[in-house]
Amino acid sequence: MTTTAIDVRGLRKSYGDKTVLDGIDLSVNAGSVTALLGPNGAGKTTTVHILSTLVRPAGGTAFVNGSDVVRDQDGVRASIGLTGQFSAVDGLLTGEENLLLMSRLRHLGAKRSKTRTAELLEQFDLVEAARKPLATYSGGMKRRLDLAMTLVAAPSVIFLDEPTTGLDPRSRHTMWDIVRALVADGTTVLLTTQYLDEADELADRIAVLDGGRIVAEGTPDELKRLVPGGHIRLRFADAATLDAAARLLDDSTRDDVGLGLSVPSDGGVGTLRTILDRLAAASLEVDDLSIHTPDLDDFFFALTGQQDQTGQKDQPGRVDRQGTES
Amino acid sequence: MTTITTDHPAAPATRRQSHVVADSITMLRRNLLHMVRYPGLSAFTVGGPIVFLLLFVFVFGGTLGAGLPGVDPAGGQQAYLAYVMPGILAMTVAGSASGASITVAMDMTEGITARFRTMAISRAAVLAGHVLGNAIQGLIAVVLVLGVGLLVGFRPSGGLIDWIATAGVIALFAFALNWLGVAMGMQAKSVETASNLPLILTFLPLLGSGFVPTGSMPDWLQWFAQYQPFTPFIESVRGLLLGTPLDGDVWFATGWAIVIAVAGYAWSMALYERKSVR
Repeated sequence: MTTTAIDVRGLRKSYGDKTVLDGIDLSVNAGSVTALLGPNGAGKTTTVHILSTLVRPAGGTAFVNGSDVVRDQDGVRASIGLTGQFSAVDGLLTGEENLLLMSRLRHLGAKRSKTRTAELLEQFDLVEAARKPLATYSGGMKRRLDLAMTLVAAPSVIFLDEPTTGLDPRSRHTMWDIVRALVADGTTVLLTTQYLDEADELADRIAVLDGGRIVAEGTPDELKRLVPGGHIRLRFADAATLDAAARLLDDSTRDDVGLGLSVPSDGGVGTLRTILDRLAAASLEVDDLSIHTPDLDDFFFALTGQQDQTGQKDQPGRVDRQGTES
Repeated sequence: MTTITTDHPAAPATRRQSHVVADSITMLRRNLLHMVRYPGLSAFTVGGPIVFLLLFVFVFGGTLGAGLPGVDPAGGQQAYLAYVMPGILAMTVAGSASGASITVAMDMTEGITARFRTMAISRAAVLAGHVLGNAIQGLIAVVLVLGVGLLVGFRPSGGLIDWIATAGVIALFAFALNWLGVAMGMQAKSVETASNLPLILTFLPLLGSGFVPTGSMPDWLQWFAQYQPFTPFIESVRGLLLGTPLDGDVWFATGWAIVIAVAGYAWSMALYERKSVR
């Protein structure tokens, strides 16, 4: 049985004459992870802020666990937790005091507050640092504490706004493990990220947000299928060989600076063999070869028409936005 | 997990009310803990008034005291100490409002305030923690400043009832001014500017009966000096501790405190909703 934990229809928001959200529709099943993926300024944080009652929408409706985010704020607040991209911890208290503060504000009672705090310190590997001031915490530790504070009352819906931005790779993986554990316990998670691998790793469904609109929505695999980005990349020792190879493989794109050649491919062994056979027949020596299968980067790039973080992708054809609406 | 929408009728409202008190106490504990951890602000609220006290008594006191009506010029300094003490206490209480302004402004820049807002905590409780914490801090400062006053020769004549009444008036003013301080901290754009507006409060006792009798001021200022909130407050403390005529000053002071508290409360609650989102 699936129920809808988050239901958003035609959500709009603008600040002054800048439209931040231009009619968002989103539905998140209870117990699933949905990633809002998009570049900076796409409207991810605004969406999360509206759903967590921090910001009032200008139009549209949004329900969390059946409670209207505008009309029944207390109802929403009772069942949600938010860990934002800015750390929401009290920097003047210790980790333990922060957790106790949250337990008291959730009215757990003195005894339950203590046990819950101890549980969370243990679970988030913060026992040793529990009584130290936050100034001595690393970025990863602060983020873990932040999330632990969100989980004090075991909310059924959790919003994670860029949970791993600024974390080192190890802390990032720890955070991913924590999120997976939450989902295993039946928690609904809506996370925002600008990292494609993060969405791919964690999310059951991905909604791609760009310029205040959802430009694509589906499972990671469905979205990958939208983009035909696979190719084989060849590198040659000199310009003459490159010229010859480019003439031979006519649907290829050449990169004169890198002495490289991109040949579209489905990634299958057959195509690869054909290409290599043709080059061998012409006695052209290949210096280096790599197979590029389509990943979220390609699709993200194609859908939003923006440079991804690495900035070194080949330029795939821009996909018309209307054409990709799902 | 179900998605059945239940309209929460009257029940949570009463529950919420009892939570306001519990949450206010939780928030107060948090603020007191801040105070203990980072006493820098506290030192400022105590040190400032003490410097003013010593400056006014030992540097200006001889001359200012000699100018007070009915004072023998030879005992000017001691007479001025007695005269200025209530004004210095007013300044001390006002200074704690600057503290409230700064702690609120600091909180507003921290993500923790946004977290509080996503939880079902009453807005009043979050702010009341700041108000009560800084008011308590203000009262501790008043005791310390008064102690220094006693050390340098302040000799009040009031009895136990007068002291209790004085404590009540000071506590009421501390509470009221700190609500105003909280509102001022909320409207500040940054922590750096948070203490600018409440500085006016610290200097208001100078434009009342705190340091010189209002009768000695120019006419246009006299009117303001006589009716501004600090004058009845200072006159109440002076009357209770030193036996000068009260003329209903305690009631005026109480009235002003209520007006200030309500205004500060309304102002800060209105700002809270808008200010706590980045």
